Amino acid sequence: MNINLTLFSQAFAFGIFIWFTVKFVWPPLLKAIEDRQKYIAEGLAAADEGRKSLDQAQDRVGVIEAEARSKAVDIITAHEKRAAQIIDNAKERAKVEAERIITHARETAEIETAKAKDALRREVGRLAVLGAERILRREIDPKAHTELLNQLRDEL
Amino acid sequence: MLTPTSYIDHHLTQLAKPLGDSPFWVVHVDSLLIAVLLGIVGFGFLYTVVNGATSGVPSKRQAFVELAFEFVDGQVRSIFHGDQHKFVAPTALTVFVWVFLMNSMDFLPVDIMSRFYERLMHVDHFRGVPTADVNTTFALALTIWMIMIYFNIAVKGLGGWMHELFCTPFGKHPALWVLNFLFNVVELISKPLSHSLRLYGNMYAGEIIFLLLGMWAATGMVGTFFGIVLGAGWAIFHILIVALQAFIFMMLTVVYIAMAHESH
Repeated sequence: MNINLTLFSQAFAFGIFIWFTVKFVWPPLLKAIEDRQKYIAEGLAAADEGRKSLDQAQDRVGVIEAEARSKAVDIITAHEKRAAQIIDNAKERAKVEAERIITHARETAEIETAKAKDALRREVGRLAVLGAERILRREIDPKAHTELLNQLRDEL
Repeated sequence: MLTPTSYIDHHLTQLAKPLGDSPFWVVHVDSLLIAVLLGIVGFGFLYTVVNGATSGVPSKRQAFVELAFEFVDGQVRSIFHGDQHKFVAPTALTVFVWVFLMNSMDFLPVDIMSRFYERLMHVDHFRGVPTADVNTTFALALTIWMIMIYFNIAVKGLGGWMHELFCTPFGKHPALWVLNFLFNVVELISKPLSHSLRLYGNMYAGEIIFLLLGMWAATGMVGTFFGIVLGAGWAIFHILIVALQAFIFMMLTVVYIAMAHESH
């Protein structure tokens, strides 16, 4: 344990190493780390901002959704109403049409019936005249009795 | 003939080169060479990493250096209040890295290394652990001590420092001046002494224990067995000591410089 010149040589070396670290090692590393810290802080702030705007967007989406839903409900009810109306109208028209067809058919039938009755009456009259003619071939004057027979036919 | 005494002597003799007649003009080439080499390797490594440092995603090597940076920076921040980046923190990093590297030389097995130095460098004596040389630890401690005195004067002014030397810690009364001054002188002297001798003692003792275990291993089978087992145990424990002593040396450095900045 003898103190000698080594001490001063080592102290000199130590001084140089301190100077070197102070000058060339510490500052660039400090700068790199501080830059990164700033970068990370900015990143976190941006993430915060993003989250906030996402929240706002979600709120807006909620409002728009509610509006759309109520509008859709309105539209559906309006259309249901209109559909019901259309169906009612159609029913009404169909009823009228049906009645008209029925009335027409009934009228036609009545006319046909009347025609048939008329034809039958004529036929019956003719047969009666024919029968009477055959029975009374000679005694009856057709001219004198035609008027009588027509009268009879009309009564039938 | 190798005796225990000659074995220990051999390992504890420095490679000394006299430059003059008096015993003072001697340089321990081994301590100086290893210390400077380790410094160049360590700080050169830091320099290359730091020069290519990116503020983006760091490489593993940069992350490792940043880990050391954060560690030292955090310790300094807890003790020193002021602009630490200007001088105190880089100095603490220098101390920590350099002392750690010099202590780490103790991991290398003493006898194999001595054979290596003898055969390859053709020197009889070579001690590979610079911090086990009291000159190295005193050099570090006295440099820190002078930095401390510099900051005492730079921060408080010469008058302020003198005032502190004479008027603290007991009081301003003129009757207490002598007592205060004696007290402060003791403190001033004890600081570099405890600072340097703590590190020196730990590393020197660690080396001696390795040597004793090596000697035990030379006595026979039982000795070899215990030499191996205890040597391994001591080596593992030494990992802690190496890191711890480097840490303590750095912390004391920071504490002393921080105390110089604070007025009472």
